Formats: sequence, C-alpha cells, structure tokens
Amino acid sequence: MKKFAKWVGMFVLVCMLAACSQGAPESNGASSNTDDGPKKYAFVFKNTGNPYGEKMQEGFESAVKELGGEVILRSPDQPTAEGQIQIIEQLITQKVDVIAVAGNDPDALEPALKKARNQGIKVLSVDSAVNAASRNIHVNQANPERIGRVQIEAVSEMIGGEGQIAVLSATSQATNQNEWIEWMKKELEKEEYKNIELVKVAYGDDLRDKSVSETEALLKSYPDLKAIIAPTTVGIAAAGKVLTDKGLEGEVALTGLGLPSEMATYIESGVSPWMYLWNPIDVGKAAAYTAYELGEDNISGELGEKVDLRDLGEVEVVEDGEGTQIMLGDPFKFDKENINEWKDVY
Amino acid sequence: METKEAHAENPKKNMLTLFYQFRELGLLFFIILLCIGVQIRNPSFLTGENILDLATNTSILVILSLGMMIVLITRGIDLSIGAVIALSGMLTAQLVAANPSINPLLCLLFGTVIGAVCGMVIGLLIARVGLLPIIATLALMNIFRGLTFLVSDGEWVSSYQMSDGFVALAGGSFLGINHLIWIAVFFCLVFFYFLNYTRTGRQIYAVGSNPQSAAVSGIKQGRVLLLVYTIMGGLSGLCGVLWVSKFASAQGDTASGYELTVIAACILGGVSIAGGSGKLAGVLLGAILLGILNNALPLLNVSPFWQNGIQGFIILLAVIVNAIVKRRVDRTHLLRRAG
Repeated sequence: MKKFAKWVGMFVLVCMLAACSQGAPESNGASSNTDDGPKKYAFVFKNTGNPYGEKMQEGFESAVKELGGEVILRSPDQPTAEGQIQIIEQLITQKVDVIAVAGNDPDALEPALKKARNQGIKVLSVDSAVNAASRNIHVNQANPERIGRVQIEAVSEMIGGEGQIAVLSATSQATNQNEWIEWMKKELEKEEYKNIELVKVAYGDDLRDKSVSETEALLKSYPDLKAIIAPTTVGIAAAGKVLTDKGLEGEVALTGLGLPSEMATYIESGVSPWMYLWNPIDVGKAAAYTAYELGEDNISGELGEKVDLRDLGEVEVVEDGEGTQIMLGDPFKFDKENINEWKDVY
Repeated sequence: METKEAHAENPKKNMLTLFYQFRELGLLFFIILLCIGVQIRNPSFLTGENILDLATNTSILVILSLGMMIVLITRGIDLSIGAVIALSGMLTAQLVAANPSINPLLCLLFGTVIGAVCGMVIGLLIARVGLLPIIATLALMNIFRGLTFLVSDGEWVSSYQMSDGFVALAGGSFLGINHLIWIAVFFCLVFFYFLNYTRTGRQIYAVGSNPQSAAVSGIKQGRVLLLVYTIMGGLSGLCGVLWVSKFASAQGDTASGYELTVIAACILGGVSIAGGSGKLAGVLLGAILLGILNNALPLLNVSPFWQNGIQGFIILLAVIVNAIVKRRVDRTHLLRRAG
C-alpha cells in the first residue's frame, strides 16, 4: 500500500514537472507582465490523510477556483516540518505566487519560508501559525469575542432566557478558554440576559475523570442548574456522558465547543441540542481569500488593513504577538441536522 | 516484619494486634473527620446519590491499588500502569469500533489479556534480566504510551463508535449499584483471600520482607515477581477497558500520570515502599481518601488555585497522622520486647 502510494506520488510529481516545464515560458512571461495567466496558490497542510485537513483543502480549492486562480495542494506523508520544507522548496522552484501553510512547527519552517518571501512569494499561515518572521499574515480560525458571545446567545435560547448556568472549562490557566469566558461574562451584562445567572466556573483540567467529578459537583451544588457551557472537547464530552448517565436530557442543557466526533452521541440523543466549533471548510476559504488579496497586492499584512473574505464578511488585520493576523467570525454550529456528516471528519 | 504477620494471624487478639489495627483506625478516623467537615460546608455530600457517584468514581482506583499493593510489597514499583490502561483501552475501543456486535465481556477479557502480556514483559525483565523495577517500568511506560499513539495514529475513538453494550460495561448498574463498584468489591474479596489464605499470597510478603530468607526457605522469587507484575498488568488492562467504557472515549493520553495517584493511595494506606508490609484494609482506606478528595473538593466551592494546595495539605496531614501512630506502635513493640 505504501509502495503504491509512493508510485502515485512519483507519478504526480512527474506530471507536475511536466506541467511546470510546459508552463515555464508562460511564467517567465508572467514575471515581466503580471496580468498574464492565472496566479498559482499553494496550500501546504500538516499531513495527508487528515480528514480535518482535507476539508480545509476543499474550502481553499473551491474559493481559489471561484477567483480564477490555479490551485496546488500539497502535504507531507507525516506531520513533520522536514516534509513541509521539502514541499516549500519545490513550490519555490515552481514559482508559485502565494503559499498558505498550516505549520507543523512554528520556527523550523523559517529558513524555507524566508527564502520563498525573498523571491517575492507571499506567505500566510493558517490554523497553526508559523513565526512572525516567516509570514505576511496568519489566518486564525476563531474570533475569541464571537466565540464567547455566541455561547451565551445559544444558552439563552436553550433555557428560554432564564435560570442558572455554569461553565465547565479546561484548566484555570488556559489562555483561550479564559478569554472566551471573559467575553461570555461581558455578553451576560446585556439587559436581555438579566434573568440568567452564571453560578460557577468549574475547571476540569481537560482530564476525563476530573471533568466528570466537576460536572457531578455542579449538578449537586446547584439543583436548579439549567445549562452547562463547556468550551473544551474533553469537558463537553465528559459533561455529556454524566448528563446521559443521570438521565438529565431536557432538564440540563449542554453546549460549548467540542469535536463533532466526540459529541455525535450526545447531540443525536438531545443531551446537547447543539454546539460549536470552527468549520475547516470556512478556514480554508478564508485562507484562499486572504491569499488572493495578498497575491493581488491588495493587502500586505499590515495592522489595520481590511481583508474582504467575501461571504465570510470583512475583517481587520490585528496584532498577534510580533506578527499580524485576521480572525474568522462566528464559530460553526453543529446540531442534529449536520452532525452525521461531520462526525467522521474530525 | 515476619513476627508481625505471625501475630496478625494469631487468632488470640492480644494487645499488639489491637495496636496494629489501630493504624488503620487512625486513617479511618481522619476520613470520618474529613467527611464531617465537608458535610458541614455542603449538605449534598452525604446523600445516597453522591455516595454512589463517589464509589463509582473510586472503583478503578481501588482495583489498581490492590495490584500496586502487591507490587510494592515485593519491594517493587510499577510506573507503567497508566500507559497500559491507555494501550489496552485504545486497542479494545478499536476492536469495538470495528466489530460493534462483539460481546462486552469478551472485551473485558481482551483488555485483561493485553494488560497481562504487558505485565509479563515487565515481570520477565525484572525477574529474569534483573533490571530495577523503577527503570524497567519507566522504560516500558514510554514504550506502551508510544505504542498507544502508534496504533491509534493520534486519533481518538469516540462514543458514537462504541456499542451500547460496551458503554454499559461501566455505565450500567445491577441492583441499583454501578457495575464498577461490584467489580471492585469482587477484587477486594479475591485479594483478601489470596493474600491471607493462600501459600502464594504469603510468599509475596516473604519475598518482600526478607528476600534472602525467602530464598533459603525455598521460595522461587523469580516466579513470585513474574506473577505479581503479570497480575498488576492484567488489572491495568481490565481497568483500561473499564476506563474507556466509563468515559465512552479512548484517547492516546488516557490516564496519563495516573500511576502516581495509585501509588499515593497505597502509601497513604500504609504500604511500605521498602517492601514487606501493607494491608488490604489500609489500601482500601487510602484509595477511598483520595476518592473523597476528588469528589469533595469540587463541592467545597473553593478557588481552583486553592484546590491543589488543599488536596496536598490533606494528604500531608494524613501521612503525618499515620507516621505518629506508627511511631507509637513501634515504641510499644520495643517496650513489649524489652519486657
């Protein structure tokens, strides 16, 4: 099977080389006259055979085609930085215009990506960032503010805008979760949520056994609890299991952020009416639109620039450590309707 | 040490045996005090539902502590059990995902056999090759953990891939009491009989308390060690299946670091890390104390920053109480000898 894959890989490579040599005069022309021929947009994911990555590539491909660009999708067999470096070197030789990469290592790709940038190739990272020196911009799959606010909107709808709710988080130090919880609290200050009371933020430390104990304790300490928000996969799945075991579906609602595969059982049974996570297709599309804007020199990745993500809305370039990033809007909703098609994906 | 065991078996209850039992009474006393304290702060602690939840959540710890107790008694230690739990849990979960109609009891057997094989490898390295238990099990901990990631390819097995029958292994109940509790009670009874009334059980103590005289008296040490680690592995494998069934999810880092909790339960229960001594009742109390802490701390509504500190403080307090009682027992022992 592996041998077969290797042969296929070699065949693809030969085809690409052939395509390259044919396209060579064209791209030479393109360097002098930029309006000639479609631009080449490459997407390098972490590894092949990753359903999450495949969905992201699907989104990238469809968006680039819609914009009339040429798509190159490449990923190493194993999720290693070495494999990605090889691919990036090949892409430089192929003279692509933009490289989007989901980095297997934030720093190891720097030499290869810097080389690409020195040759005028635009670089953006998606999903997992590479360091600021290696990229023009990073596309972050989530906007912390929207994640926090959307959870409260969902919970309010589930419990009819009234009652006690609790949050089951990861560790008390988890940066992401803490930021989301802060936004949840800000959203709760609105007048429309005045009858909703956040009674406790519990921490399950992303451990199954501790998350179970914390959920059980929430149910006992607050017998009138109406809903639990768990913005972490292990937490939401553990809470789903406890609510299922105790037969509390319909009495205590559950929502939050979780992997569809982990949550499929509990969404189908109604324990969690719906929950959220980012949609890899949208992440791929956003990467494609950003790549296009970079390739057309409409943006350069500077702070304060606006990026037009078409149907995903317009976003502003913001700070991310030493570099810059854009953040996608609302997280994607998983419910009974769509969970079946997603549970095998990731 | 051997005289102690001889006394403990003596049906005539003399002063000394009373004192030895006192040591477990000390821990029991501490647990009762703790329960009263928690109950005052949160009245839902001593309710039927919470006690059942507590017992269910502590069962796996109890089963593993029994195995760890006999390992510690032979002057050994097993750091690999968390990894064995993950490996057996992952393989069993994959088996269930591939054959949803498989009999759940067969899954239990499958996991136990995987664990026993892992344990046997460790036993052979220690008994035949002569490696130090801490080194052998540390190495195999990493190997088993690595194997788990290898066979799973980093993917999780989620609840929708598991059959209802398999999830009911640890989720279902018999006579209103969760299966896990029944399984833990069963193993406690088996171990009580095994350690106190079988020749092999007594040999385990002999090997741990004085290896030289055990060898002189014709006990095959290698065989005892192999058996002890195989039992520990088998129990870990079984618990791996129960763990995955209980949480309806198998991931590569399942039970990571859990070996330390199990060892802590044994030490709290008075098992000596130097080997030779340890009683089932003590280990049971040690595991229950940890179970109570895990259950009660979330109920106390203290800041998460305090939780770890409070847990450590209570464990420290329990150990100090134990040490004071033990010192008093030893002094009485010496006085009796002098008299």
